[in-house]
Amino acid sequence: MNEPVRMTYREACRQAIRDALHADPRTFVLGEDVGRYGGCYAVTKGLLEEFGPERIVDTPLAENGFTGLAIGAALAGLRPLLEVMTCNFSLLALDQIMNNAATLPHMSGGQFAVPLVVRMATGGGRQLAAQHSHSLEGWYAHIPGLKVAVPGTVEDARHMLAAALADPNPVLIFEHVVLYNAEAELDSGVSAVDLQHAKLRRAGRDVTLVTYGNGLPKCLAAADVLAGDGIEAEVIDLRMLRPLDMPTIVGSVQRTRRVVIVDEGWKSGSISAEIAARLAEDALYELDAPIRRVCSREVPVPYAAQLEEAALPSIDGIVAAVRSIVPRRD
Amino acid sequence: MADFTMPALGADMETGKVVEWLVRPGDRVKRGEVVAVVETHKGAIDVECFLDGVIENLAPLDVDMPVGAVLATVHGAGGVETAAPAPRASAPAAPPAAAPAPAVPPVPMVGPLVATTRARVSPAARRRAAELKVDADRLSGSGVDGAVVIADVERAMAAGAPAPRATRGGFDPVLMRQAIAAAMARSKREIPHYHLAETLPMRRALDWLRDTNEARPVTERLLPAVLLIKAVALALRDFPELNGWFVDGTYRPSPTAHVGVAISMRGGGLIAPALHDVAAKNLTLLMRELADLVKRSRAGGLRSSEIADPTVTVTNLGDQGVESVFGVIYPPQVALVGFGRIAERPWVDDGRVIALPVVTASLSADHRVSDGHRGARFLARLNETLQQPEAL
Repeated sequence: MNEPVRMTYREACRQAIRDALHADPRTFVLGEDVGRYGGCYAVTKGLLEEFGPERIVDTPLAENGFTGLAIGAALAGLRPLLEVMTCNFSLLALDQIMNNAATLPHMSGGQFAVPLVVRMATGGGRQLAAQHSHSLEGWYAHIPGLKVAVPGTVEDARHMLAAALADPNPVLIFEHVVLYNAEAELDSGVSAVDLQHAKLRRAGRDVTLVTYGNGLPKCLAAADVLAGDGIEAEVIDLRMLRPLDMPTIVGSVQRTRRVVIVDEGWKSGSISAEIAARLAEDALYELDAPIRRVCSREVPVPYAAQLEEAALPSIDGIVAAVRSIVPRRD
Repeated sequence: MADFTMPALGADMETGKVVEWLVRPGDRVKRGEVVAVVETHKGAIDVECFLDGVIENLAPLDVDMPVGAVLATVHGAGGVETAAPAPRASAPAAPPAAAPAPAVPPVPMVGPLVATTRARVSPAARRRAAELKVDADRLSGSGVDGAVVIADVERAMAAGAPAPRATRGGFDPVLMRQAIAAAMARSKREIPHYHLAETLPMRRALDWLRDTNEARPVTERLLPAVLLIKAVALALRDFPELNGWFVDGTYRPSPTAHVGVAISMRGGGLIAPALHDVAAKNLTLLMRELADLVKRSRAGGLRSSEIADPTVTVTNLGDQGVESVFGVIYPPQVALVGFGRIAERPWVDDGRVIALPVVTASLSADHRVSDGHRGARFLARLNETLQQPEAL
């Protein structure tokens, strides 16, 4: 019988990679500093010693090159597990990700699959300044042919990777840098998760908070604050930005009639904009109040701690957005 | 053949909807006949036809239509076809002596079919209201920006909801408040008001009124208000710049004075429907019409011409005990005459102080059209007119 295990999000990511390396000899890890250094966020620490340099491959600082290498490996039958240090740097590999990984299966009429998994750190909140702090997962969610996973819990960090490796499509996994130290007890009854469904993380009747990644703990904290006012907030963890699980969102909005979307991306052209648009298209008559969004300020994420805090979605901001559309219960 | 179009029942009206047809397709209609009931912010208004002939192609009920939209077509009787005046462009009244105006082509329907000023109702509340057969537009909202939300609809249902279709004469205080707000805000935004006031001795008028009323049955007795309204209309004959409409940058004086009488509504709000051609009517008839107008304003059944035609407004707050009124002009009119309370005041007459009933008459007028000098002359003329009550 499995004992309940408590671990960090970082440890969950590492265990997932270990499992994958053990389960399939075709799997290998590559990326900048993943080997000797143990990963910029220490996710791959110890794996070089355990699996050796053929399966834990340090690459030069050349994102376009090593991403192309990983795509080639995937096309040739291997199961590359690519780490891009932060999603900010992934723009150097955007051509490979979009024009090759996402596109080749379609252009080849399905003859070539690209079973590539790319892990990237995303998000701000650790004073790493603008070039290391942005949330670009919403951009990738724009691209057909990709799947975009955004684990917001230790459980998803532990199990999404296996599902991603099993998927014949290129899957991008965005791990939020603030979440790496988050700790939770894993449900020993859960050994796999899907890459399709959003998940209800808290039930409530007054408003739906739609979020993902590091927005999840913020929304859960905001829901606690709101509960003190007698406002019951429902929290939906998107888990996947592509495909978007609209039925789950709409189902919740049908109950609560009000929605606040919390997205660490910038508001303009964001995944929050996409969700709001789809609600307007498909669920307008469910809405009893305007849709509200809490996103990052439209600036490069600042370095200074107070400015960074002010730029990112906050618990207070979420609470205020909810209060602006939910009548007080007196 | 001519079009019968949605009339502009006041400056603030953009759309209305027909809630009842009082005629059937193929019926013969006469000019001035009430043919439809149109629901507006002011409640349900009886709309008169401006055409003689056979009416056809009646517009559907309960659909918001812009002012000027075609509600029906009227086929001319005996080969004589009369066109409806285009509501927005029409002069306050056609000069009686002038030749019949050439047919005005119907105003093309260019406006949106949905009112831009409709009440805020959340989409979910609108659907719920439809299920419960509650008229969500007539509720007051508790949601974001005052929007009606589901809870408001369900509360209204529990409390006995307003029916979706306007009952005749029913009016919504909230919608009326919105209409007043829109008209008065427009007035203050667009009209450069000037205000004048003058104290008028009322001894002669009141004495004459007392003598006249003594000879009349109780039901025929005159109120001072009717004297004041008639005096305003008579005095206006020589002041065309105070009696008409300012529309699209152009002032059009009216040859007759259709006096809008401000009538307060029970439950709040006010309406200022017209007494038509006041100068030409005797006091007995005016008194009867005034009583009828007040009754219909409060109980329903105002006619479209009464809503659309006023060329000047008279407001009388004397009953409320105020000394004077500084009125806000109701656009597109250009003047408003206000009266305070008729009360005894010390008055210097020939070197002696005497007690005299007086009233403060005020004029709010549009400086784009007239100047204080003419306004002062008008108040003086009003005074002279009231000093000869037997001529009223």
